[in-house]
Amino acid sequence: MDASASLETHPPSPDSGATGGQDRHQHQGEHEHHELGWWRRYIFSTDHKVIGIQYGFTGLFFLLFGFSLMMLMRWQLAYPGQALPVIGKFLPHIFGAGTMPDGKMTPDFYNSLGAMHGTIMVFLGIVPLAFAAFGNFVVPLQIGAPDMAFPKVNMASYWAVFVGGTVMLTSFFVPGGAAKSGWTSYVPLAAIADSGPGHNPVFNGQTLWLIGFIFLITSSLLGAINFIATIIQLRAKGLTWMRLPFFVWAQFVTAFLLLLAFPPLEAGIIMQLMDRVAATSFFMPAGLVVNGAAMHISGGGSPLLWQHLFWFLAHPEVYVLILPGMGIVAEILANNSRKPLWGYKSLVFSVLTIGFLSFVVWAHHMWLTGMGSTVSAFFQTTTLIISIPSVIILSAFFISLWGGSIRFNVPMLFATAFLPMFGIGGLTGIPLAFNSADLYLHDTYYVIAHFHYIVAPGTIFALFAGIYYWFPKATGRTMNEFWGKVHFWPSLVCMNVIFLPMFLQGMLGMHRRWYDGGQGWTLSGDHVWGLSGFQWNTPISWAAWIMGLAQIPFIINFFWSIKHGKKVNDNPWEATTLEWTAPSPPPHGNFITAPVAYRGPYEYSLPGRERDFTMQNEPVEPAERTRRKAVEQPVLV
Amino acid sequence: MEIPYTISTRPDTGLWNAKVGIWLFLASEVMLFGGLFSAYIFLRLDAPPGMWPHGLLNVPVGTMNTAILILSSVTVVLAWAELKMRRYRRYWWYMLATILCGVIFLTVKLVYEWPQKFEHFGAYIKPQALEKYEQYLGNKHAAEKGLPPRLEITGHLHNREALTNPNIKEYEVALDPVNADPTNPAMDRPHFLYVPPTDKIGKIDKEDVERATMFLPTHSAYFASYFTITGLHGLHVLGGVLVFIYMWLPVSKKVYQRNPEHLANRVEVCGLFWHFVDLIWIFVFPLFYLL
Ligand code: HEM
Ligand SMILES: [Cu+2]
Repeated sequence: MDASASLETHPPSPDSGATGGQDRHQHQGEHEHHELGWWRRYIFSTDHKVIGIQYGFTGLFFLLFGFSLMMLMRWQLAYPGQALPVIGKFLPHIFGAGTMPDGKMTPDFYNSLGAMHGTIMVFLGIVPLAFAAFGNFVVPLQIGAPDMAFPKVNMASYWAVFVGGTVMLTSFFVPGGAAKSGWTSYVPLAAIADSGPGHNPVFNGQTLWLIGFIFLITSSLLGAINFIATIIQLRAKGLTWMRLPFFVWAQFVTAFLLLLAFPPLEAGIIMQLMDRVAATSFFMPAGLVVNGAAMHISGGGSPLLWQHLFWFLAHPEVYVLILPGMGIVAEILANNSRKPLWGYKSLVFSVLTIGFLSFVVWAHHMWLTGMGSTVSAFFQTTTLIISIPSVIILSAFFISLWGGSIRFNVPMLFATAFLPMFGIGGLTGIPLAFNSADLYLHDTYYVIAHFHYIVAPGTIFALFAGIYYWFPKATGRTMNEFWGKVHFWPSLVCMNVIFLPMFLQGMLGMHRRWYDGGQGWTLSGDHVWGLSGFQWNTPISWAAWIMGLAQIPFIINFFWSIKHGKKVNDNPWEATTLEWTAPSPPPHGNFITAPVAYRGPYEYSLPGRERDFTMQNEPVEPAERTRRKAVEQPVLV
Repeated sequence: MEIPYTISTRPDTGLWNAKVGIWLFLASEVMLFGGLFSAYIFLRLDAPPGMWPHGLLNVPVGTMNTAILILSSVTVVLAWAELKMRRYRRYWWYMLATILCGVIFLTVKLVYEWPQKFEHFGAYIKPQALEKYEQYLGNKHAAEKGLPPRLEITGHLHNREALTNPNIKEYEVALDPVNADPTNPAMDRPHFLYVPPTDKIGKIDKEDVERATMFLPTHSAYFASYFTITGLHGLHVLGGVLVFIYMWLPVSKKVYQRNPEHLANRVEVCGLFWHFVDLIWIFVFPLFYLL
């Protein structure tokens, strides 16, 4: 791009005497940028699309890894104490002799797997994929921007997550193994875990967990700043707030959640790190006795403080996990029902309301700590109020389908499956919101089922939908439809076989952290459909392993299609939003000329038009204006 | 297409990109220190009577450091204003002043304040032995005056080996004024000026001691939060100083020559950060030094 053209995009502002001249210099720098070597282009890139794809691969890798940890645990739950056939022999060579002697899982290793499954899935799987990968790749394109506002910060945020992930992975191989106090790392359990003889003061599971976490938080904060600044500053001409695709809104709110909720947890992490390496007592009460010996600590700390700091992040975090998924589903539903999204404004206001309210519900994870009835009453009320916007969003999605001419391609299959799955997860949250019901259900498999319905067949299906949907934009080719369906149907069935019985197990009283899957628990003789709580583990585990197999078609399809998928044009789904006006794959700088938006994001099936979709950059014709009084005036900035 | 609004402002928001970025960053920083300060409040409210120490920090030195930071906040604004008026030399001097202020602040913390704490000793007395050390603690006097109980004897540890050597049976401490003369009404409140340990040696039987440490983070919830919060604040000061040095070096002059507004924007953004760091200190100072 030459300097004269750039003068149009940077009108000299009154306070900058030399903008034009300086721009020329900048552009000379940019020219060198175009001739970057392979390393700068594909590894240390500052291009949002490359970074998005890097995040995508990282997220997918960790999802698979975290899922593998769980597949191992499922063996121990279904067949407690039995040697794991075949792979059981190899695992001790990878994870260390103490983890699975003779193929039998030790309790410590089981705990490590559980803690790391949760941590990895949430912070290294879903967040990098849903927020960072889709956000990076799609948001700038959808708002008609050339890149993110701060490309170097963007690169830094990817490398921070890379380091954080590496630290987390390394922690499996230090003496004592990876962190084992749950993804919540409740103190004082976590503060005394992995310490003492046989453990390195720094290179031990829990300390590495904390250090890795600081990197992950840094990454999320940098990413969040970048997203918000990009959305505020780099929207294309005419792309007003109420013309933003819903996906952009969802990412916008998600970024705010990360920005404001993560730092208090970071404070908590720093304090827990101090407890471990500087022998402070932020979270250690006075008079703590471990293994019959009084701890040599000052005391005066508060275990409850950690829970508050943790859940102050972790409740907003659950919305971080779901909102990008909702955004993806919204795009795909509108596109494949060939109808405008129903209730766009209420969707936007709902997502904003969720954003605000999610900061005042955190203590619903702490009913059993005896906070007192006043505090509980407050958090019960806010928790019930926050379910209202969630229900509005889900209802609007369902209504959007009504009367549409639906195309059931693979993205749409995943997106429609999201709806009931999210519905089940959300509705089963309501009993948990009541103190009295939760006293019974807390820490049982019921809670596990509740949030997995939202995150696994919910968010992860949304992510699959997004991958199938935007794949053509990234590669210029589509993924194979048939193998996509082979991926979808078994996954849907398995997800439900895995998680539905967990509600029953939970209601039978099965605790979420039992190492033997409840085998040793003989209090309840209750059976559901002929199986006791413990016996239900077996079908669940088999479904989990089959679901693992069901991902193979996806993996092959994904890599195969990059090179050999069907070539398609720039807008294969006949969609309306701006990313489909860019070439596939978009070049550096994304658009050939700066796009201008003239209309809302979902102008499907406009009356009196030849095609059933009208892209955001198509000017409003005078005739159309009289036909459709509802069309807003184009706003140009 | 190139990224717009890197230097000029976007008409409808009235901002350039980095300015949006820095405000967002500061919002997250507010939450970070907010988390730490809430922890401070939580721990302090939870502390049993007598377990939250007072008057252990050097107030005049803290006051001086506060003044230095505030001064640097002024100089950085002046530096920015000079850039806006395109007077690079003056900018350069004001920037230097800012950097020096930051360096002095850090030096005082790291060379004077922290090490002085590391040299100070405190021994918490077991409840059943409090009576025995009444001459150092003056708890009867404290109770009469309605003061919180005194549970700790502090001062300069003469026999440092006592901390590690189990054969040494007692600590020999050059007592702090409050333990040297506990019933003196002048000791009821913390001193404003720092008073060093006296010559009076107190002997404390190890048997009677609940916990004895130097004033390290592990000493108490108070010092744990003090070192953590001032440490994190210090890291922020250090970061700010490093960035200011970069803006003061000849490399930035090149930026200035290309487009003075570019450098002015950078200084503005970092100045905002610097004000924030200053603001945090304005909370830290009363919370730890005065209250
Ligand atoms: C729609 C309304 C929702 C309500 C009323 C609700 C309520 C609750 C409550 C009260 C708990 C605590 C249960 C316990 O520990 O005993 C809980 C746990 C959980 N919820 Fe929800 N929830 C809702 C939606 C969501 C969403 C959208 C997500 C997104 C992923 C989610 C993820 C989680 C997670 C991860 C946990 C468990 C955390 C843990 O203990 O490890 N929930 N939910
Ligand atoms: Cu929650």
